[in-house]
Amino acid sequence: MFNAITQIFVITFMNLRNLPQRVGTSSVAVFGVACVVGVFIGVLSMASGFQRTMVSAGADDVLIMMRAGATSEMSSGMGYEQTQQIANLPGIAKRDGKPVSSPELFVIVDIPMRNKEANANAPLRGVEAMAFEVRKSFNIIEGRNFEPGKNELIVGRGAQKQFANLNVGSVVKFGQTEWTVVGVFESGGGLAESELWCDAKILQNAYRRGNSYQIVRVKLDDENSFSTVKEAVAADPKFNLDVKRESAYLAEQSEPLSKFIKMVGYPLAILMALGAIFGAVNTMYTSVSNRTREIATLRALGFSAMPVAISTLVESLVLAIIGGIIGSVVVYLVFNGYTVSTLNFASFSQVVFDFAVTPDLLVQGVIFASIIGFIGGFFPAIRAARLPVATALREV
Amino acid sequence: MYYLQFLLSNLGRKKVRTILTLLSIMIAFLLFGLLRSLAAAFDQGAEIAGEDRLVSINKVSLIQPIPESYLAKIQSLEGVDRATSANWFGGYYQDPKNQFPQFPIVAEDYFEIYKEMIALPDEQMQAWKKNRIGVVIGKALVERFKWKIGDRIPLKGMFPKEDGNTTWEFVIEGIYEAKNKSADTSAMLMHYDYFDEARQYGKGTLGWLIIRVKDPKQSAQVAAAIDAMFANSPAETKTSSEKEFAKSFAKQFGDIGLITTLILGAVFFTMLLVAGNTMAQSFRERIPELAILKTLGFSDVAVMLLVLAEAIVISLIGGLAGLLLAKFFISGAAESMAATLPGLNLSNSMMLFGIALMFAFGLLTGIIPALQGLRLNIVAALRRR
Repeated sequence: MFNAITQIFVITFMNLRNLPQRVGTSSVAVFGVACVVGVFIGVLSMASGFQRTMVSAGADDVLIMMRAGATSEMSSGMGYEQTQQIANLPGIAKRDGKPVSSPELFVIVDIPMRNKEANANAPLRGVEAMAFEVRKSFNIIEGRNFEPGKNELIVGRGAQKQFANLNVGSVVKFGQTEWTVVGVFESGGGLAESELWCDAKILQNAYRRGNSYQIVRVKLDDENSFSTVKEAVAADPKFNLDVKRESAYLAEQSEPLSKFIKMVGYPLAILMALGAIFGAVNTMYTSVSNRTREIATLRALGFSAMPVAISTLVESLVLAIIGGIIGSVVVYLVFNGYTVSTLNFASFSQVVFDFAVTPDLLVQGVIFASIIGFIGGFFPAIRAARLPVATALREV
Repeated sequence: MYYLQFLLSNLGRKKVRTILTLLSIMIAFLLFGLLRSLAAAFDQGAEIAGEDRLVSINKVSLIQPIPESYLAKIQSLEGVDRATSANWFGGYYQDPKNQFPQFPIVAEDYFEIYKEMIALPDEQMQAWKKNRIGVVIGKALVERFKWKIGDRIPLKGMFPKEDGNTTWEFVIEGIYEAKNKSADTSAMLMHYDYFDEARQYGKGTLGWLIIRVKDPKQSAQVAAAIDAMFANSPAETKTSSEKEFAKSFAKQFGDIGLITTLILGAVFFTMLLVAGNTMAQSFRERIPELAILKTLGFSDVAVMLLVLAEAIVISLIGGLAGLLLAKFFISGAAESMAATLPGLNLSNSMMLFGIALMFAFGLLTGIIPALQGLRLNIVAALRRR
């Protein structure tokens, strides 16, 4: 037993030390695995970044109320009286004696994208003072907040990066109304950072929405008040509202796109992995056949089949893991934090998000590489072990 | 014939290696086929949109309505052949997950303007026109929900009716089919008159206008004339050809499509690089053999062509297998994906492009060893062992 282990070490070490001699074929395997792992992580980091943006700022103690049957803010609507009645429901938190309830108006404006010729549907949200209280970690990072009653905008960090001409001090025109950008805000990396915000009253006028809103966000006074509020809404037939936790609502909204990325991403990852495995098997077969005499000589010297096989497997694993690490590092350096935007199907507006190459994904990438390496080395290892010594030695 | 046999027996020399190389190439072209079809499905809106159709939307954004009166004004403009409108209904069936496009439209005008894309049997059109709450649906919806003519379909819509109820009931009166392979048949079309009368707010407004011009060459002029007519009015318009409109919409998905394309392109080339390297290496190993061929009297050019031909044959076998597999997958998935991604199809021109790529790949991997074979000095090569 001890002998076998020594043999494994000796051969494996020898093998690895000789790797530089086979640098040509080996580097192709490394490169192949690196690319595949890179792509694998790249696609998943896009999905995870999107997920993070959509879901992270969603709180469990914030409820969203929309007209019953509405699938997003876009298709909801309610009058001013109703928003007042909502604010007075039991179970809603109070600050300075006022209920933390934020009626909001949501429209889409056509705005040019930065660095692109295309226009995009940017979300524009009309809010009142309580909007800043129901959201966690809301912060103005540049400029100041808008003044009620004025045509002023504050823009999310993501929106500012992705849409043209949204620097503090710029003037933008939507239809016949001109707006001045007065500040940039962040909101815990969440969806709100893709939006432009202004005073709800001004937006109602500009878009002839009378005194109506589309959605009300309320903060619960206690995590457990969800059912209190929900029952109160259900008990009063004049409400006709759907009540959801903000976290659940955002998860729902992100579902179609996440599903799409995964639906396309996973089968492709599997295909790519297959391709990489074929590449790795090929490389290892070549490596074994290049060393036919060497292996036969070892066997003739008394080394048994097992250590030879294991050393081949280890070589394949090492190559694949090197590839995996290179792939992960490159993707991390290139893609992490890279900002992109796409259409959120549910609200018909742009979501700006960053690629998120999380440590979790890096680990997954290296595991993925090891699997490729293991399968890629397995069959060549068996072949190396089964090599008939006499014929192999005769082979020139 | 003799050469072909020779070629094939060469492929059988190291079976495992040949098979693995073939499989790598197959995977690469399978990816290529899937990816191109997917990208094409995303862009297809722009492909099938006509140059003689214009789309007019509210300049502020797509969701802002346009007054109904605009339609008559546009109709009377010079160069306009026919104008009609569409709206969003924004409803779903039973579960919010069951969303699909629904448009309140004017039946005859709409089908006239899109006549080269979709068709409805005449008797169904007549029946539909007689029924206020009647709708017609596309083929893809039939597949998705197993609906048939005569079914009553309740939809939850984003527009409340006058009594505040958001559930609308419709009756299917017809099923329209696509005349063009990639036309979208996942929509439900309903009567605008009924919709406008029954809804609680927004009466008398249109979502967007669709205008057919008499002469496609004048479409830019007509578009400019329309926008000029409503400039400085409370609802300014933005008019573009349907093609541009579809393109700008496709761009909204923007980065995701682009990045996926880039990433998969990278994979495609990696796979080919790995396979190509193996092929080149197997040729290198056989250089002494080539020398023997030359000794036997094969000309320099014949040796070179032999090597090239072998590379191209490998590339073609692997590549064609991959493309056919892709075709098989795509036609299998097309039906089940018709609702979310209509027009999924691996077109013949893409197949041809793929085959051209296979030739290019074969040439690329074979050229260096082939040239080596051409220049090979017999004596030196035989001694190399």
